[in-house]
Amino acid sequence: MNKPLRRVAIFCGLLIFALLLRDNWIQFVEADSLKNNPNNRRIAINEYAQPRGDIIVDGKAITGSTTTGGDFKYKRTYTDGPMWAPVTGFASQAYGTNMLEGVDDNILNGTDDRLFFNNTLDMLTGKNKQGGDVVTTLNAKAQAAAFNGLGNKKGAVAAIDPQTGAILALASTPSYDPSKIAGNSKSDQANWQSLNADSNQPMLNRALRETYPPGSTFKVVTAAAALDNGLYASIDQPTDSPLPYTLPDTTTQLNNEGNIPCKNATLRVALQYSCNTVYGHIGAQLGLTKMLDQAKKFGFDQDLFTPVRAVPSVFPEKMNAPQTALSSIGQFDTAATPLQMAMVAAAIANDGKLMKPYMVDQLRAPNLNVIEQTTPQIMGQAVTPQTAQSLQQMMETVVSSGTGTNAQIPGVTVGGKTGTAQHGVANSALPYAWFISYAKTSSGSPVAVAVVVEDGEANRDDISGGGLAAPIAKSVMEAVLNK
Amino acid sequence: MSSISISTTTTVTPVGAPNRRNTELALLVFAVLVPVLAYANVGLAKDGSVPGGMFGYGLGLSLLAGTAHLMVRKFAPYSDPLILPITTLLNGLGLVLIYRLDLEPSITTRALGGPKAPGQLMWSALAVALFIGILVFLKDHRILQRYTYISGVVALVLLIAPVFFPAINGSKLWIVIPGVGSLQPGEFAKIILAVFFAGYLMVKRDALALASRRFMGLYLPRGRDLGPILVIWALSMMILVLEDDLGSTLLYFGLFVVMLYIATERISWVVVGLLLASGGATAVGLTSPHVKVRIHNWLDPFAGIAQHGASEAAQVAWSFGSGGVLGEGLGQGFSRLIGGIGVKSDYILATVGEELGLAGLMAVLLLYMLLIERGIRIALAARDPFGKLLAIGLASAMMLQVFVVAGGVTGLIPLTGMTMPFLAQGGSSVVANWALVAILLRISDTARRPPVSHHHPQRKRFALLRRLNPSATPSPTPIASSTDAEPTQVVRL
Repeated sequence: MNKPLRRVAIFCGLLIFALLLRDNWIQFVEADSLKNNPNNRRIAINEYAQPRGDIIVDGKAITGSTTTGGDFKYKRTYTDGPMWAPVTGFASQAYGTNMLEGVDDNILNGTDDRLFFNNTLDMLTGKNKQGGDVVTTLNAKAQAAAFNGLGNKKGAVAAIDPQTGAILALASTPSYDPSKIAGNSKSDQANWQSLNADSNQPMLNRALRETYPPGSTFKVVTAAAALDNGLYASIDQPTDSPLPYTLPDTTTQLNNEGNIPCKNATLRVALQYSCNTVYGHIGAQLGLTKMLDQAKKFGFDQDLFTPVRAVPSVFPEKMNAPQTALSSIGQFDTAATPLQMAMVAAAIANDGKLMKPYMVDQLRAPNLNVIEQTTPQIMGQAVTPQTAQSLQQMMETVVSSGTGTNAQIPGVTVGGKTGTAQHGVANSALPYAWFISYAKTSSGSPVAVAVVVEDGEANRDDISGGGLAAPIAKSVMEAVLNK
Repeated sequence: MSSISISTTTTVTPVGAPNRRNTELALLVFAVLVPVLAYANVGLAKDGSVPGGMFGYGLGLSLLAGTAHLMVRKFAPYSDPLILPITTLLNGLGLVLIYRLDLEPSITTRALGGPKAPGQLMWSALAVALFIGILVFLKDHRILQRYTYISGVVALVLLIAPVFFPAINGSKLWIVIPGVGSLQPGEFAKIILAVFFAGYLMVKRDALALASRRFMGLYLPRGRDLGPILVIWALSMMILVLEDDLGSTLLYFGLFVVMLYIATERISWVVVGLLLASGGATAVGLTSPHVKVRIHNWLDPFAGIAQHGASEAAQVAWSFGSGGVLGEGLGQGFSRLIGGIGVKSDYILATVGEELGLAGLMAVLLLYMLLIERGIRIALAARDPFGKLLAIGLASAMMLQVFVVAGGVTGLIPLTGMTMPFLAQGGSSVVANWALVAILLRISDTARRPPVSHHHPQRKRFALLRRLNPSATPSPTPIASSTDAEPTQVVRL
């Protein structure tokens, strides 16, 4: 009986060998794909096993973490959540992440490769893995001014430092408190559902992700194209524009708002009073190619990463002559994000040099080592310095004696442009109130800002860039100047 | 000539051969120490402090192992020295793992029966008591031979009983006694079946081995000799159909085929057995909905996650994968995500895999291999055919169970409802497997025990004499000429 016994012994050895092979297959060969299977809850458990790193504004954290009793140990908290929501976005156990929380998720949750050395050291010393911090360029006072200025109105504000492109304020209203959807409880779920069902779209980041017809604020782009292309030698030269003005190839007359001195007005005067006829006429004279070229130089028609993605602003690439004329006064299909219009103001204030907007200054390891530092980048020369300075003079006239007087700040040079953009079928919807501006000191311009207010509650006649939007822009600029 | 004399000398002086009890004791120290340190590890990982119960746990395990060892010293002094330490180590590790899983509130709810470690410790104590009882009262394994047919009947009753009780987790493997708990009779049935098969085959082996026709290089059994294997096959299939459990069927039928092969030395029986088994399994696999689901889960554990969440099979796979090569460390894994009652019993290997890693799981599998191969070694060393058959039966029952469970959990074969011997939570399992080990020890003790007819002083004198003058010595009664002796070798024609 011993021969078959030995054979059975070998057979048993083979069975164990098969088990060992299988074990090696699932725990070595396939281990990583099993471990990283998106449905493997351990990924989420690990992600929330330690507090996230923080998002920092002016040296202070605007985020935090709190322990929960559940599977996911730490939950995100936010200081002034609604005010900062367009910057931070949310980090939710149930619904993922977005905005900065999403873009820099790996830094914040500590899985970024650049934190590897730290984490390895921590593992050896028995400390828990820690997330890094995201230090932003934002200015808390400017952000508060923007958010409080918008108040109960629906709208958005974007403010940038023209000399560097650093984003100083990014507000959007109505907003939401990301703390309320940070967990994965029933109430988080209910909040998420009601936020998504809200027709006012509180989770929409209007400063970066919504485009509006820019209306008359776009006239500075048209003026820039006219000057850069040498259509007029000076801003004080009469423009030879008819009044009334009939759109080319049509019988449609383009009108101005009210009885304003637009016939043959100079560029400066036409901007001061916001003449549709003059700038529509200029746009038609320049034609699509030149207008499109200028718009693109200011950043239209391209994706932008701040590093949070901003949707591209639109200057249509295929239009006939009357459409080009309408687009040149910010109507037809022209649409811009508040950030885009702030970039227009910033480029003009920075003598034509357009800086790439950014809102993350540094990524920082838990031990405060800087693992990434953003250096300001030039996006391009939007207009020549001479043209920029001419445009500044025009915009400063708008604020000193035109439609933008509400933005005046004593002792500071302020340039701006109002806009009241009509939209909806046959312009039936309430118009959007726009204001773009910059402030200038002896050492250049520290702030450019764009404000848009889309207020369904206001009286139609009260909606104007100068009335609704300019005061908000003013308080944001003041906040930056008084810093 | 001189070399022959030396070998003769060593064989006939078994009293001089070490009985290896001290080896066993030394190994037992490790077998107790490893789980105690593992216990401390769990506490340190979960709470950052050595758990308060460690002293009690260590003492309990030491007491169990120590008592078992002393009783082996007294009642089975010549038995295999590795089996008790391996068993103790696996049982101790099992207790630690169950304790560790008890610390997870989500799988230790009142509905799931609360903490299981204290109960398992109690069952382990009971199991060791039964182990000692067998060593004390079963003086010779051949006594079991007298109960061959009674064993057959008892095994049949044990196998069929669960049919009359409600299914648990889709399989009818349990006898539920209200207020007392549930019993898994299959665990005991495998031992009693091995006794029955050993007794039956010892009597019938010649008929089954000799009467055959040669066909295509195989000795085919005569039609009328097919009777027993067909009966066992039919019974296994009946169990499979009635109890919906592929694993038990594989265990019982495989056990029979292995023992039949050992008894007859005829490969043809294995071929017939394999054909019958695969045919039956295919037929049932195609018809039984429960088995179908199991097979489906095996083929694609990740199916339907979007509709009804991750299956247990998927969770188990993630557990293993997340453990990787070195594991997360005891107390630091998330095998609780598997959920339900199976984490501490059927799926305990997933916790081993996740927390101790590939390295730990391979070590555990190798411990089982060592245990099983020691069992086969005992079969080789046994001097009587009944002992040989019983030992190989018990060892292969253990092997098949380990393969079916570990293979099922790791996804090598479809999952079935059985538990890992010693490691998994479950009273029946731990008690039955300690009993199995006790019988193995008894067989090995009988095999290596020096014959009682020779008195030590006399044998010493013989040895001395032989060493002085080998040729002049009267040959002693021939006891085993080697440890693999086979006194009842059948003369084949």
